[in-house]
Amino acid sequence: MKFSEQWLRDWVSPALSTQALADQITMAGLEVDAVEPVAATFSEVVVAEVIGKAPHPDADKLNVCRVDDGSGEIVQVVCGAPNVAAGQKVPFARVGAVLPGDFTIKQARLRGVESRGMICSASELGLEEEASAGILVLPASAPVGEGVRTFMGLDDHTIEVDLTPNRGDCLSVKGLAREVGVLNRLAVEGPDLAPVSPAHEEAFPVRVEDAERCPRYIGRLIKGIDVTAETPLWMVERLRRSGIRAIDPVVDVTNYVMLELGQPLHAFDRANLHGSVVVRLAREGEQLVLLDGQEITLDAATLVIADERAPLAIAGVMGGEHSGVSPDTRDVFLESAFFSPLAVAAQARAYGLHTDASHRFERGVDPCLAREAAERATALLLAITGGAPGPLVEVASEPHLPDGRRTSLRASRLEQALGKSLPHEEVTEILERLGLVVEDSGQVWTVQVPSWRFDITIEEDLIEEVARIHGYNRLPVRRPLVRLALRSAHEAHTPLARLRRQMVARGYQEAVTYSFVAPELQQVLHPEAVSPTLANPISSDLSVMRASLFPGLVRALQHNLNRQQSRVRLFETGLTFRGDLDNLHQTPMLGALVCGPREPEGWAGGREPVDFFDLKGDLESLLALGEPQAWRFEPGKHPALHPGQCARILHHGEEAGWIGTLHPAVRATLGLKVDALLFEVRLDALTQGRVPAFTPLSRHPEVRRDLAFLVDEELPVQSLLDTIRAEAGEWLVESHLFDVYQGKGVPDGLKSVALGLTWQHPSRTLNDEEINQLVDVIVAESRQHLGAELRA
Amino acid sequence: MDHLPTLVAEARDAIHAADSLAALDDLRVRYLGKKGEITTLLKGLGKLSAEERPAAGERINEAKQALSQELDARRQALEKAALEARLAAERLDVTLPGRGQPSGGLHPVTLTLERIEGLFTRIGYDVAVGPEIEDDYHNFEALNIPAHHPARGMADTFYFDATRLLRTHTSPVQVRTMKEAVPPIRIVCPGRVYRSDSDLTHTPMFHQVEGLLVDEDVSFADLKGTIQDFLHAFFERDDLAVRFRPSYFPFTEPSAEVDIQCVMCSGEGCRVCSHSGWLEVMGCGMVHPEVFRHSGIDAERYTGFAFGMGAERLAMLRYGVNDLRLFFDNDLRFLRQFA
Repeated sequence: MKFSEQWLRDWVSPALSTQALADQITMAGLEVDAVEPVAATFSEVVVAEVIGKAPHPDADKLNVCRVDDGSGEIVQVVCGAPNVAAGQKVPFARVGAVLPGDFTIKQARLRGVESRGMICSASELGLEEEASAGILVLPASAPVGEGVRTFMGLDDHTIEVDLTPNRGDCLSVKGLAREVGVLNRLAVEGPDLAPVSPAHEEAFPVRVEDAERCPRYIGRLIKGIDVTAETPLWMVERLRRSGIRAIDPVVDVTNYVMLELGQPLHAFDRANLHGSVVVRLAREGEQLVLLDGQEITLDAATLVIADERAPLAIAGVMGGEHSGVSPDTRDVFLESAFFSPLAVAAQARAYGLHTDASHRFERGVDPCLAREAAERATALLLAITGGAPGPLVEVASEPHLPDGRRTSLRASRLEQALGKSLPHEEVTEILERLGLVVEDSGQVWTVQVPSWRFDITIEEDLIEEVARIHGYNRLPVRRPLVRLALRSAHEAHTPLARLRRQMVARGYQEAVTYSFVAPELQQVLHPEAVSPTLANPISSDLSVMRASLFPGLVRALQHNLNRQQSRVRLFETGLTFRGDLDNLHQTPMLGALVCGPREPEGWAGGREPVDFFDLKGDLESLLALGEPQAWRFEPGKHPALHPGQCARILHHGEEAGWIGTLHPAVRATLGLKVDALLFEVRLDALTQGRVPAFTPLSRHPEVRRDLAFLVDEELPVQSLLDTIRAEAGEWLVESHLFDVYQGKGVPDGLKSVALGLTWQHPSRTLNDEEINQLVDVIVAESRQHLGAELRA
Repeated sequence: MDHLPTLVAEARDAIHAADSLAALDDLRVRYLGKKGEITTLLKGLGKLSAEERPAAGERINEAKQALSQELDARRQALEKAALEARLAAERLDVTLPGRGQPSGGLHPVTLTLERIEGLFTRIGYDVAVGPEIEDDYHNFEALNIPAHHPARGMADTFYFDATRLLRTHTSPVQVRTMKEAVPPIRIVCPGRVYRSDSDLTHTPMFHQVEGLLVDEDVSFADLKGTIQDFLHAFFERDDLAVRFRPSYFPFTEPSAEVDIQCVMCSGEGCRVCSHSGWLEVMGCGMVHPEVFRHSGIDAERYTGFAFGMGAERLAMLRYGVNDLRLFFDNDLRFLRQFA
């Protein structure tokens, strides 16, 4: 809502500077977004009269004008505007005037003719952004010699307030004035709103078929108006300062009254109304061409204003083109109605329309305002266009009008809510100044809420009003009192923060990527995945919910590779989305991507590219924080990953993630020139940890045996380790792999796998014989099940 | 016997000339070994008369001791030189950088969220999280934003269908928590939220932290105290001016926007604060009774406050980041600045 400060001050004028007024309004909860001067700075521009106009002897498009600027001397000016004419009152910049942009007017010769000053257009005075078509013509009543700033009241500001949706009552100068009056304890006075006496008796018939959606409808037929009359400058200026362009007197007056009082109005050309005005629901499929030229098909839930033949307007939202006012209009039917907020909100949304009218009706227009607004509009219109007003026709349904709500405020509750006891009289006074009718029992204020306040229904609403007017910043500050109660903490839980820090310690930067990704990218990485698609994405490449963290990480990789960052180590945590909406899994995951050399370029090596086991090592360092024994890696197939370098990750035997090298075909599709490796693991599994359990330290010596096996090169080493651990007995304290070798000395198709096994008994020294027995069993079992041969 | 002085002089010269520990060892054997020249002289004492024997013995022993000392001194000198030579050979350029994987870093949004969570959990708040694909009920209805309410226009919502959407705020977590828990409730809910808005100052996804405290006798004064303490702690400035401006959120009443004195210009007025000296940093208010009703909490017995803030906004102010979109580009040159 934009309004002119002067206009507001006509209603109520506190002794505050513009900035102080704006601050006061802001601190009352009506946030001022901008305060701008209504015109740029200029000086020495006065009202002047064009006495005479003659063509320039040497230029077709120039005129030589004689101008009376009130200085007592007639001034000669060369003017290029097409609309300049003798007899006009115009804004005239004298020699020495400074126009916006620091442009000083000097005496000049234009094509040999002397010119002393300049006749100005609206844009030259900074009143319009776009260049004006001609000079600004002032009303004939403008006094010659008076400063244009004074005459037009240009020492004014436009104040723009960003109103919250609960304060529909402030969408007018009247509403804002009421608020300013309350804040400053000042009386508020508006213009004279006396009813207009009818000059004829024709009451155009009105029928309301849906009183619930339209509890009040007021209409008036005004005959014999002249739409070609000029809207007075003061009204044009007030509209302009509120961000509205003047169009014709009828539209201007309806807009003016809407800004002034908050009541949206509509005017129909009587010539296009047939029979009567009918407020009804549309019939499915009815057509309507709106004022903006849009042709729409109505549905049966839409409240329309119709005549006996066809719909003419969507009630409370927008009028139709066909029934609108044109320069030929002689008689108008003026509408001033109250439509239910919900009905207007629903239909504005249904058709995707948002207008000044629907904006107000959705938030609630004062249901008692329609008559007053109709009278005001009539009076203003008659003054401009002439014409004969008919009687007001009103159709109202009392049961459907918002009733005078009553609610109450307990003194005890107010004190509890604010942490302070406000003086009783102050509370009463605040409530009364807000327009509430207050009954005060000493303990409880019972109030009747004024018709314009749709936002006050319960006790808390009153508490807020009292706090707001008293001033939030005058209310006390204290700290909540809390009983100290210890809560249990799960030690067998690895916090996410710990996992993140482990990734950081391993050299990864944390990424945060969008949760929605490009469907094409997701299709390449997860052709099998089903995940929800947004109905209204911001763009098509952010339209499908990520099924894994891979798409985001891959995009981040591309971003960095395109910026000469060749070594990328990224990780991310967040939800992934799988399934359709009715069977949806929102699963928190931790994912990582690596690419480029193992270490940053340096003097000490590490230049070889990262490989699968680098990434796996990083992942294992995370697993080590929780339950390392619960995890397994098995060869797997994943559409995004290299079939020979891909593992399915199992946690307690259940799939918990994937790790591998990006599939070369996928890589080619994505246009990546380098290898990248990725993993992704379910966070719930990663955060499952353990409480440490002590095992006594043995004082007896360890026995170590190193065994080298020849196995089929396809055999996963994990199977050999499993077999050995299963057969090595309970005293095996450590087993580790120290060599995997293929090449000279090892037959083709086989690999040599060397392990170090360490046994230790808790309470005695193990002898060679029992260890030899265990080794024999291990060797025999490995041969039998895995075809492994002990290497000589 | 008479050649003893010559022998000692020769030995001395040889010891001084020895340039290795091995050569020195040879000299020890040659003079003081079992068959060494001095040892041989001592063995020959028996051939002397009883009168001559003590004086001769004394002279030979003196010579032996002197040579032994010479040998030890020379050995120490040679050992020291050898050590020094070794140390000199092993010298490193200690200014070369160390080897291995340098540390990475956390995202600035995570740093900010963890900082906020930390401030609140240290005084007894729990961290609660919830789903990001929400339903209309939890994101709107239960927060007192019925269908067609103009407040639905305050946040442009991403929809999947008529009732499923991406949460526009973390407030649904409040609702979910209040349905399960019994007061006193103290939670902070960090997480991703989504609004269909994308320009210089908006990204379609960002992060919020929502806070909620429900207990008996919680007042607006408690809310003011909590918010003020939080902002002072977050910016580590106890003199930071904080003001509360009446505002409107359907799920709180009274509601307030919170402004702080601009941290860039200390309230003098600059581009960041649009020359107002104030920065809007969060919204807050007392929990609306309708929200309590939806959550099954007795609004007569319990009162509470809720607050919400944007993590990116706070991160930008705290770290001086001037472009919101950088947070989601994941450019390493940006991310490394927060390591």
